[in-house]
Amino acid sequence: MTGTLGKDLLGLESLTGDQIRLILDTAEPFKEISERAIKKVPALRGSTIVNLFFENSTRTRISFEFAEKRLSADTVNVSVAGSSVSKGETLVDTARNLEAMRIDMVVIRHSASGAAQFLAERIQSNVINAGDGTHEHPTQGLLDILTLRDRFGDLKGRRVCICGDILHSRVARSNIWGLTKLGAEVAVCGPRSLLPNAIDEFGVRIFDRVEEAIEWAEALNVLRLQFERMTAGYIPSAREYNRVFGITRERLDRAPRDILILHPGPMNRGVEIDSDVADGPHSVILDQVTNGVAVRMAVLYLLAGGKPELAEAAKGGSGRGREERE
Amino acid sequence: MTTKTTTVLDARAVERTLKRMSVEIVELNHGTDDLIIVGIQRRGVQLADRLVKMIEGGEGVTVPQGSLDITLYRDDLQTVGPRPVVGPTHLPWDLEGKHIVIVDDVLYTGRTIRAALDELADFGRPASISLAVLIDRGGRELPIHADVVGKKVEVGEDERVDVMVAELDERTEVVIVPKSTA
Amino acid sequence: MRPVLLSGGTLVDPSQDLNEIGDVFITDGKIVGVGRSIEGPEEADVIDCAGLIVSPGFIDVHCHLREPGREDVETIATGARAAAAGGFTAVCAMPNTDPVTDNQAAVGFIVRQAQRAESARVYPIGAISVGQEGKALAEFGEMVGAGAVAVSDDGKPVASAQLMRTALEYARTFKIPVIDHCEEPTLSAGGSMNEGIVSAQLGLKGIPAEAEEIMVIRDILLARLTGGHVHLAHMSTKGSVELIRWGKERGIRVTAEVCPHHLSLTEESVRGYNTNAKMNPPLRTAKDVEALREGVKDGTIDLIATDHAPHHYDEKEREFADAPNGIVGLETALAVIVTNLVETGHLNFSDLVDRMACTPARVFNLPGGSLKRGAAADVTVFDPKARWKVDASQFASKGRNSPYDGMPLVGRAACTIVAGSVVFRSGIPVRGREKMNRTRG
Repeated sequence: MTGTLGKDLLGLESLTGDQIRLILDTAEPFKEISERAIKKVPALRGSTIVNLFFENSTRTRISFEFAEKRLSADTVNVSVAGSSVSKGETLVDTARNLEAMRIDMVVIRHSASGAAQFLAERIQSNVINAGDGTHEHPTQGLLDILTLRDRFGDLKGRRVCICGDILHSRVARSNIWGLTKLGAEVAVCGPRSLLPNAIDEFGVRIFDRVEEAIEWAEALNVLRLQFERMTAGYIPSAREYNRVFGITRERLDRAPRDILILHPGPMNRGVEIDSDVADGPHSVILDQVTNGVAVRMAVLYLLAGGKPELAEAAKGGSGRGREERE
Repeated sequence: MTTKTTTVLDARAVERTLKRMSVEIVELNHGTDDLIIVGIQRRGVQLADRLVKMIEGGEGVTVPQGSLDITLYRDDLQTVGPRPVVGPTHLPWDLEGKHIVIVDDVLYTGRTIRAALDELADFGRPASISLAVLIDRGGRELPIHADVVGKKVEVGEDERVDVMVAELDERTEVVIVPKSTA
Repeated sequence: MRPVLLSGGTLVDPSQDLNEIGDVFITDGKIVGVGRSIEGPEEADVIDCAGLIVSPGFIDVHCHLREPGREDVETIATGARAAAAGGFTAVCAMPNTDPVTDNQAAVGFIVRQAQRAESARVYPIGAISVGQEGKALAEFGEMVGAGAVAVSDDGKPVASAQLMRTALEYARTFKIPVIDHCEEPTLSAGGSMNEGIVSAQLGLKGIPAEAEEIMVIRDILLARLTGGHVHLAHMSTKGSVELIRWGKERGIRVTAEVCPHHLSLTEESVRGYNTNAKMNPPLRTAKDVEALREGVKDGTIDLIATDHAPHHYDEKEREFADAPNGIVGLETALAVIVTNLVETGHLNFSDLVDRMACTPARVFNLPGGSLKRGAAADVTVFDPKARWKVDASQFASKGRNSPYDGMPLVGRAACTIVAGSVVFRSGIPVRGREKMNRTRG
């Protein structure tokens, strides 16, 4: 089914199940391109894309850069440290400057929830949210779901548990939205001080102990314990976190079935996840990374959508419909 | 203005034409050595399927068969409207020294083949590339020609040629229909 | 100054149990006649109040006028005019200015600026602590002497219970209320909206209701301990209403106010990261709105105040977490209350006038709040049925940050009179020099 995603990709909350499936289906052929000798197709040739990263992130930025370059787009990386308040140039001005340079698309990562929407409402370029505060990280959610779909086929009824600091995690929110829209059963597991109080209203199961989660789940998405997000001590120590909540070989060995292990990275080995699990046979962490480039290519491809009004104009002359373009 | 459908080739005629094309392909390439048949998504793939089987029947050799989706190389990607669905591309060989035969259902403006040539160039440098099409309806907008042609067809301004294959459509047939037909 | 006759309006004055059609006659800045048919000198400005309500002037005991320091977003003059446009004859200005109003010179400055504005009255509120730093007590005596009517560190809570206790005790000497902004700072730190399902979905740190309620009960208990008068600013939760009820049942001297926005909007208004729905305390849930409405109705919440807080457009035009807290409210307060409490049956107009005029005057010991003969002629005339669409670009205030912009509301000030002078008039003509010798049935 062809549909449009609108101008921007700000989150998975506002997408329908069909739209999510469209993105995942579109990502499939893009996986193959990364296997070719020449990993490039001309689909976005001449497009200018700015990676506007207000927060440090090597892996997400590189993944987007590969996706953009493999579609033959021209990319520019802009790193801005600190919030716009301390920087002097406001987000509004940044937006207007980009627009004045006739940028086609902006990929933005920012520490304030709502920053991607703020930008999207003020510029005409397509805006892709690469992570806004603790709100959403839609391409991460999509690549996690694609990785699960690769292994499970249909996601309906599949049991996926997200483990860790849900309170501060935009990856968790995007995953919860995306998985529930595709019919999966979602659970969360972590210390209550790292779960939002209103988690009951999210439509997910809650496990207080990771042993219970492992008993139930078919896949675990293990979140990084975000030291940098904790403005106060929500948990006493990383050591205790590993003892009580860590995904370890011993705990997984007691599981009633093989459980897929996902992690958005970067990993704190020995904290939320032990190395022998991260590198073990059920870990699909590296598949996530591969799928990340394909999913981002699919999103860029779908958003940089054709302009139907130009299609109409083109049809007048030598333009012809799709069936005819022999 | 035509309002009716004209059948150009029925199922049996398609079979016969493909049979003859399969012989021509082998003849043109002086045998089956280093031959790769590549069908263009979508119906070129089904036609390539049949050609490969016919070559196997005639020469006793199963020629490798690939498929190519040219969507991402289209020159009208920016204006075509909602994003077209991208199909699978399967070309898992080193193309160096190979003789590629591109197979498509209808040759018209030549833009699809131009896209296919660009895409193949990104895969490698074959020894030769030739083109086999079931229907050539003229109307080229680029200097492209087919080496093996099933049938040349005259089509009016307000008409188009539809190739149907039983694997995807209800039957195998080549028809001329008015452009306004859905 | 010419005499003024307000003719044929519905006189609503709960201080006199008045609710009937009549006239109000004003001379020399005072009310000299109230009733059905008034005779007066031949030369009087007659204001035709048919179909309108005539009440004691509204008093807003909580607003931020930004002067000194941020004259770019509001001045005492523009704020006073905005108040008049909203039907307020008097406002109390909070001291979180720059520099903080924590001494007699600063208080005197505000008094003087207000006089020059020649519009609604402006009473200064002094700071509780020097610089509002929460450490050393400011000089209540000197500030009151210069014109302050209350003390508050609003903008911030009084985090130290010891300081709050001392302030309540010390304020007894001067018979002024101590106003507290109830917010437990460690619970609320970093929060930008109500903690709940919306904040969880939007990925914004929330401020739980308990952050307010913990300080509410603390202040009530300290008022009990000290015998002082604590006035709780901008109440926003169901829990707070219940705690205030508990305190009043025990005869503790606690009074409380609520703002129109907490009586009409919920956290849902924040969706889409709307910074014009960001204020402190934040918009809460429907349950809280309902409890606050009940509280206003049964008098647990004594009065309505606006917490008018203008901000520059640029400051609000940024990422939600970085945007400053606050919305303007002087020019929409009446309409929001009429639309959301009177039209819904929670309040009648007598209650409305009580909560917006009589009780503020009584609680803060201010002149006004009554149309009794001999009272200062601070009068509000408003159209209880006027339907209008809010247009923030037309506000008299310099601030445009209102979540009601573009909304249709009911109820609008028509004429505001301070000390016998008309300081605001919209839509009703003044007829001069009419012979007064007529009687009406």
